[in-house]
Order: sequence, then structure tokens, then C-alpha cells
Amino acid sequence: MLAYIIRRLLYAIPILIGVNLLTFALFFVVNTPDDMARMQLGVKRVTPEAIEKWKADRGYDKPLVWNSAAAGSAALTDTIFFSKSVRMFAADFGRADDGRDIAREIGTRMGPSLAIAVPTFVLGLFVAISFALLLVFFRATLLDFAGIVLCVAMMSISGLFYIIGGQWLVSKVWHLAPISGYSGGLDAAKFLILPVIIGVIGGIGSSTRWYRTIFLEEINRDYVRTARAKGLPERVVLFRHVLRNAMIPILTGVVVVIPSLFMGSLLTESFFGIPGLGSYTIDAINAQDFAVVRSMVFIGSVLYIVGLLLTDISYTLADPRVRLQ
Amino acid sequence: MSFQVVLLWSDALLFVLIAAIAGLMLWARRQDALRAAWARVARDGMAMSAATVLAAFVVVGLLDSLHYRARLDAQPGAPAGATVRYAVEVHSALDALLADLRQRSEKTYSAPLATHLYSKEALENSTQREFPRLKHGGAHLGKDISGHEFDIAVRVSRGCAGGLVVWLLLVAAWCRLRGVEVIEMLKVGDGETAIRPVALTLLPILLLLGIAISLDGGYHVFGTDKVGQDVLYLSLKSIRTGLLIGTLTTLVMLPLAVLLGILAGYVGGWVDDLIQYLYTTLSSIPGVLLIAAAVLMMQVIIDTHPDWFATSAERADARLLALCLILGMTSWTGVARLLRGETLKLRELEFVQAAQVFGVGRFAIMSRHILPNLMHIVLIALVMDFSGLVLAEAVLSYVGVGVDPTTISFGTMINTARMELAREPMVWWSLAAAFSFMFALVLAANLFADAVRDAFDPRSSA
Repeated sequence: MLAYIIRRLLYAIPILIGVNLLTFALFFVVNTPDDMARMQLGVKRVTPEAIEKWKADRGYDKPLVWNSAAAGSAALTDTIFFSKSVRMFAADFGRADDGRDIAREIGTRMGPSLAIAVPTFVLGLFVAISFALLLVFFRATLLDFAGIVLCVAMMSISGLFYIIGGQWLVSKVWHLAPISGYSGGLDAAKFLILPVIIGVIGGIGSSTRWYRTIFLEEINRDYVRTARAKGLPERVVLFRHVLRNAMIPILTGVVVVIPSLFMGSLLTESFFGIPGLGSYTIDAINAQDFAVVRSMVFIGSVLYIVGLLLTDISYTLADPRVRLQ
Repeated sequence: MSFQVVLLWSDALLFVLIAAIAGLMLWARRQDALRAAWARVARDGMAMSAATVLAAFVVVGLLDSLHYRARLDAQPGAPAGATVRYAVEVHSALDALLADLRQRSEKTYSAPLATHLYSKEALENSTQREFPRLKHGGAHLGKDISGHEFDIAVRVSRGCAGGLVVWLLLVAAWCRLRGVEVIEMLKVGDGETAIRPVALTLLPILLLLGIAISLDGGYHVFGTDKVGQDVLYLSLKSIRTGLLIGTLTTLVMLPLAVLLGILAGYVGGWVDDLIQYLYTTLSSIPGVLLIAAAVLMMQVIIDTHPDWFATSAERADARLLALCLILGMTSWTGVARLLRGETLKLRELEFVQAAQVFGVGRFAIMSRHILPNLMHIVLIALVMDFSGLVLAEAVLSYVGVGVDPTTISFGTMINTARMELAREPMVWWSLAAAFSFMFALVLAANLFADAVRDAFDPRSSA
């Protein structure tokens, strides 16, 4: 098991290098730093000096990959590629355009992101699985059909609508929760309740349908017939047998997103004014703060790889037959 | 000729796509298995009524893809042989049809069917601030607007009647052609085709169309937005953007996914390793972030090369295409993985091994034996992705990495309308219009996609 984990972590290295090269190519080769400077400074203020200053402020005034002016190993290290891309492996993300240290900013914004993402995730999982089990219990009845139609309809509504509509109804018409904002400690609960509920409702449609198909696939298996044949009530068959056996496909889809919870949800956080990583990313995109976007891309892929690894490990916990080697 | 045809890149690609779909349909007619599967879709009432709604959207989108530049009137006193000049603005056939809607703009917000502006203004020769009358909404009523509700009721019923008549004519014509009784057909269908759900879906569409046309003459059916543009016009124009993003993205994605997926699965070895590495790397980057990064970079390119585009329409079009390209480049990984897995299975089957023994070349096997057996996955992926892409456009435009701000789309509509909710009284109509049109489009696409999946997925037929 340990050997397997170590090997998987080693596999992650080439992928991270690939991500790194890709972002480097996107941000520095497709467009030279001069282009970026020109665009950010705006047409009116472009002078050669302003461009040089913009580049020097951000450390973009070095050669891309090979510094022929420097001696020895500095020829490799005193370059944009090394200082901006390779340093990310050491969790050194540099500074954002407003001068703050990105790594620190990420550390402080992680809390609010998790405070909203974890309850949404857990509650959403619980609601969707219960709803799916209910539909499977009443399969091939009118209730099942109505549930499916409801799911498809809910899937077809834009996520923006849930947020905008929810904010309007709950906060503006009913005055039940503050429309946006955040505070630390226990006070946060009143700010979090609305985004969490909206997040859960927004995700119900597609996930319920997904779990329902998984359960329906299991329900035609032999062990289910055996369980029924020996007289177990349908309730026990569903909860004790089908649910447990459906764990593998469920885990495949679920565990991989757990690490990404750190990233927060872009839309929810920016609509509700929650100072998490999601709103950080959106602000960076709107302000065209390339350093922040680059760091978030890198962190996102690290988390994804961790998620894949966790998925594999979770298989062994859910199904003793699975052996990792 | 009083206009000059303008062929934007996206139009050209859209027409190519439609020609390709038509060609594939002709080809599929001759394949028994495919014909059987499509017949299953055609017998599904829900699918056919979804298809009817989709077809209505596609008609609007296609009308909006025939672009032209109107000819400018010759200047007075110009010599007879002077060169003809064309307007700078690029319009579409839909714009020409909706010329009234497009040109009758108000000053700012007005509620649906309103006769007065949304906000008070100081009027001429009056010291009080009042709601000014709209320039066009309810203008035919004159000064006295007491007949406002009555006028609307008359127009609605006239529109309903018109829609009903057109519908009855269409239905009667069809029944005449097939030789069935009208009542019989509406009750049980004609036994062969899914005409009944189509007819029953067509009725509300035609009724709504009739009402919209008849109200349009005097009012803004969905109100006007901040700069006084008619919201109905904006919603109709958004359809093309949504359709383009949903279809052109798959056009980019499919060749990549099919080629790489089959290569990885069939050839194996280092090719497999390389392709797997490629898609694992790409899919490890969170989608929105990768798209955002690519779009930011594309913006820099477009901004630094203003000389590439003759008109602003071309520029917006290029941005739309680039967005499709980026979405396609970032979303092929899932389908490629599926196709690779399926190819691995197919490779071991007898008919492929027989072909290998007969000495058929690798590429011939891949294109003649493997690809046709993967087409159902490709088709399912194509229809399933469509609705997701339409929804994604709105989100991306909100994030600021969507279509060009001058392109009319559901995303830009929602984005500009969302701050208006905070106003008192609330400006809800542009949001409501954008969301309802989007909901209708996506719901129809989802229902149709489900039917296609059920018909083509061999697992679901059990």
C-alpha cells in the first residue's frame, strides 16, 4: 500500500511538470511580457519606460529560459521560467499585482472557502443519495417518473438562476438571511446558510440522476435477487446491500472532488461576497492578474492529482477485495 | 443588389456543420442499425416534442447567421458610376425580420408591455418629475391610455387566433397529405410517425409566436433594457450565440477526441502513454481556470493585433470562435478517455483480429472497423455536451472570460441585468427573459439527448 502511494506520487511529478510547462507556454510564450504590459497599461500610457517598469515590478524583465548574461547555474535560474514556474513546486507563488504574497493570501482565504464548500458537499451528497434511493425504491412508478422529470428540469436551470433567484427570494423578499458578506467565528453561520442551501439545490438534479442510474444498475444483479429470495424487505435490500455495493462507482465520482473543495466555488463566493479562493480567482481574472491565475491553475492540478490518489485509496476501504499494488 | 453578403467565419462553419449533419443523415438512412435506432428516437413522444422546440431555436439561429451589409444610399450629386458603398454594420436576416424591434428603442428601462418609462424624469414645460411616455410602447394609444389593458387583451386574443389558424392549416395540410382524419390524428397519432407530439408542441409555439407578433406592433413584450433596447430582440439574438457555442465546440472537440482516443487504444505502446499523459495533464487543470487562462491570453492577442479585423462584428466573431476553440481544446479529454477504453475492448474482438490476419492495414482497421463501432459514443457525447455548453457560456460570461461584451448572448444579458435586481422597483424582465429562453433551450436539448442516449446506448436497451 505504502509502495503504491509512493509510486503514484512519483507519477504525479511528470503531470505537474506538464501543467507547469503548459501554463508557462500560455502565459509567457504565446504572448510576450511586453504584450501583457501593453494591454494592462492601456493604450494611452504605453511608453517604453512604462513597459520596462511594469516588467521589472513583476520580475518579468528576465530572459525566458536561458540567461546568457549570467554565469554558471545562474544562466538557468535567473530566468522567468525558473523564478515564475519552477519556484511553484516550492509553494513560492510570488506576489500578486497588489503586492501581497500569493501563498499567504491563499492560506488565509482557504478557511472561508472550506466553510462553505464542506457543508455544501456533505449535505448535497446526503440529499442526492437519499433522493436517488427514494426514486429507486419507487422505481417504475409515477413518483419515479415525476422525480426524473423534476431532475431534468432542475438540471436545465442555469446555476446563476439559483443564486440570483435564491438571493432575491430569501434575502430580499423574506429577509431571512443577509444577502452577502462574511464574518469569522460562529457568526459566519448566518452568512453561510443561504449559499450552502442554494449550492445543494443547484446540484441536486444532475447528481440524483447519476446516483439513480448507478443504483438501477446494481439492482439487477444476482446478489439482490438472492437477498430478496431469502425474504429480506426491500428497505434492507436497498440500504444494506445495494448502497454498499454501489459505493465504488459513487466514490469514483465523489472522492476526486474532495481536495478541490479548497478551491471554493467561483460563482457562489463572488455572488455572496465570501472572501475565499473562488472570489480571489474571479477578482484576479477580472483584474487580469496573471500571477494569481497561474498559481491557482497549479494548485488546482495538484489538488486534482491528490483527489485521484484518494479515490484509489478509498476503494480499498469500501471494497476489501480491491488490493493496491 | 441592395446589399452585400457577409460570410462570417462562424456562419461558414455553421453551414458546414449543417451540411455534414445532412450528409450523415443520408448515410444513416442506408444503415439498418442506425435507422432502427433513429426510428426509436422518432417514436419517442417526449423526444420529438423536444426536437420540435429545438428546431424552432435552430431556425432562429440560422436566420441570424445569414449576414449582410446594407447598401448605403448614393450621395446626392454623386456621379452615376460612383462606387457603391455599404453600411459598416453587419446585420442578419433575423435583424431584417425584426427591424421594427431593433430600431424602436426607448431611452432606458421600461417594464414589459408598459406605456411609461421605468424612472421619473423632469418633463418639458412642467416642474414636476413624472414618468415620461415611451416613444414606441403603446404609442398608438395616443394621450389617453385608459384603454391599455383592453388593447392588450385584444391583441393577445388576436395573436392566439392567428396562431391557432396557422396551426390548424398546417395540421390539416399534413393530414390531407397522409390521408388521415384530423381528429383521429390528434387523439391517437397516425400510427407511423410521431406527428401527434410534434403537432401538440407546435401549438403552444405558434400561439406564443402569434401573441408576440401581435403585441409587438404596439409594445415591448419583454420590456427594454438599460439603453432602451427591446429585450425580446436581445433574447432572440442570444439564441445564435448559444447554438454556436454548443455545436462548434463539439466540432473542435470531436476530431481530437476520436483521433487520439482510437490511436491510444489501438496502437498502444508509447503512443498510448503519450496520449494518456496529454489528457491526464489537461484534465488535471480545473476547467474554468484553464479556460480563463487561455481566454485571457487570447484577449491579449486580439488586443495587440487590431489590424486583423475589418469590422467590430468580425472581431466579436473571432472571439466567439476562439472561445469555441478553447472550450473544445479543454473538453476533449473525457470523450477521448471513453473512446480509448472502448477501443481497447474492440481490439480484442474476433472481427478485428480477422482483419489483422487478412493483412488489413492499421489505419484501415481503425477507420473501417473500430470507428463505426464507436459512433454511438461519439453521438451520445455530442448531444449530451450541448446543453452543458450552453449553460457554461452564461457562467463564463459572468466570470468575464466569455464572449465579446458586444456579442449578444444569454451570458452577457444576465451579466448586465444582474445588478438591476438591486433597484427599487426591481428590474426583473431581462433576467427573466434570458433565463426562460435558456431554460427552454437547455431543457429541450436535455430531453432530446436522453432519448438519443437511450436509443443508441446498447446497455440501456436491456
